[in-house]
Amino acid sequence: MAIPKVCGIETEYGILVRGADSNPVSASSLLITAYLGSVQRRAGWDFEDERPGRDARGFSVDDLLAPEVDTALVNAVLTNGARYYVDHAHPEISTPECSTAREALVYDRAAEEIVRLSMAAARPLLPEGAEILCHKNNSDGKGNSYGCHENYLVGRDVPFARIVHQITPHFVTRQVVVGAGKVGCELPGVGTDEVPFQLSQRADFFEEEVGLETTLKRPIVNTRDEPHCDATKYRRLHVIVGDANMSEAATLVKVGATALVLAMIEDDVLGDEMALANPVTAIRQVSHDPTLRQTVLLRSGRRVTALEVQWWLLGKAVRYAAGRGAEAVGESTAAEVLTLWEQMLTGVEASPGTVADLVDWVAKERIIDGYANRHGLDAGDARLKALDLQYHDMRPDRCLADRAGLRRFADSDDVLRVVTEPPETTRAYFRGRCLAKWPDAVVAANWDSMVFDVGTDPLRRVPMMEPLRGTASSVARLIDDSDTPAELLARLGG
Amino acid sequence: MAERTQKQKPAPSRAEETVDEAPPVAASGDKLKAELDDLLDEIDEVLETNAEDFVKSYVQKGGE
Repeated sequence: MAIPKVCGIETEYGILVRGADSNPVSASSLLITAYLGSVQRRAGWDFEDERPGRDARGFSVDDLLAPEVDTALVNAVLTNGARYYVDHAHPEISTPECSTAREALVYDRAAEEIVRLSMAAARPLLPEGAEILCHKNNSDGKGNSYGCHENYLVGRDVPFARIVHQITPHFVTRQVVVGAGKVGCELPGVGTDEVPFQLSQRADFFEEEVGLETTLKRPIVNTRDEPHCDATKYRRLHVIVGDANMSEAATLVKVGATALVLAMIEDDVLGDEMALANPVTAIRQVSHDPTLRQTVLLRSGRRVTALEVQWWLLGKAVRYAAGRGAEAVGESTAAEVLTLWEQMLTGVEASPGTVADLVDWVAKERIIDGYANRHGLDAGDARLKALDLQYHDMRPDRCLADRAGLRRFADSDDVLRVVTEPPETTRAYFRGRCLAKWPDAVVAANWDSMVFDVGTDPLRRVPMMEPLRGTASSVARLIDDSDTPAELLARLGG
Repeated sequence: MAERTQKQKPAPSRAEETVDEAPPVAASGDKLKAELDDLLDEIDEVLETNAEDFVKSYVQKGGE
């Protein structure tokens, strides 16, 4: 049986400073330290007692107190189990490990809230009238792209070649329902007259079928083998091919459908029928065709539309869930995802306007077309590109996605709660609870371990090599009953 | 053809939902148009005032 598809989403946000001179690295640092500072006040932490220069994977105290942020890269672990850091020249939030797509959705939304809180916290630290703007998008429209990556737990015993061959058709075609939409094209030499609008933010940037890169010659299947857990048992499939979604339905289906497809691959029930002859050509072709009518070539010589591939995958997933059960992705999440996936496919195939409340690219295209018609604008008009950017704007008073009538699938109280609380169903629970309860004693935290300073003893490292240990059901009581980390470690048998 | 057949097959409860959620085209079309008009009114108010400058200044470094 497929192992549980523990999953997470890491998003790099676009960042822009207005009204002040700044580079994106220091702006990202400022944003994050401002947020941590605001959290510190709320939680009443006394950073005066903290020692400077602690390991960057814990709370970096120097940065927290620095009135002027230097360019040292900020890297913090939050009490909800997430990681908030500067990656290259962007603020990035990695959600904690989640056990279902539904949970990942709520944490992805919480990450948006954290960015909004950060923007508000940063404002008083900036010169009068200056502000930091963040966008949950993946490209600046000028050929620069930054990622929204997904991660999925996969059994180490699954042949990697099988994963590559069988997941690729999904990665190439899923954009018909989970693409975030983009005005124009960023392939050299292709103008807005040829591609005025496309399904995906990212498709233009993929040049290889498989590989290790993430910043150059990006591959459809990324081979980074860094499981952050027991490498003898697990892989972490690092997916770099997706768009950051504003639609909650899209996030649910992006993660949920991919988890289902991976479970099927793991159980070897998918097969190679939809193997593509030229995945890199196909991913662009599909993205550049909002009519969804063009066909792509299969290795078998047949030609199929992206929708046909998606219907085939959905049909397989429905039968898989009905036959074997979908425990690996969570039964109720699977049912929700299958229903939505079908609804989105039906909509984009028959009448995209009917799923403008679910599918990002449809919602965005509707705005772009409507605005262009109303004001008589040509395809290349800067206002249309501005609409595209502003669809992803994290400022509540500017965000167009918030106004587009997208259906909500995450409870807003849950979202606010998990800004600070970890998921109960993975090891992130242990990480988050310990950080919240003993911030001074946590010297360092990362995905697969925590290091505690319990006083006079040497530093104590707690390995967390199993993503599904350290959950609320196993450690909540122990943490509740321990007054000090030393007590906790004693109870844990350490 | 195989794909077409499969697509009709999802669990019966879902097939029904799909039918329920496809209202008569004319009615939904009018409603959608009215909604879009409201949305565009709102967008006229919140869109960046100098769109061209905004788009020009929006330069990011590549990431990942």
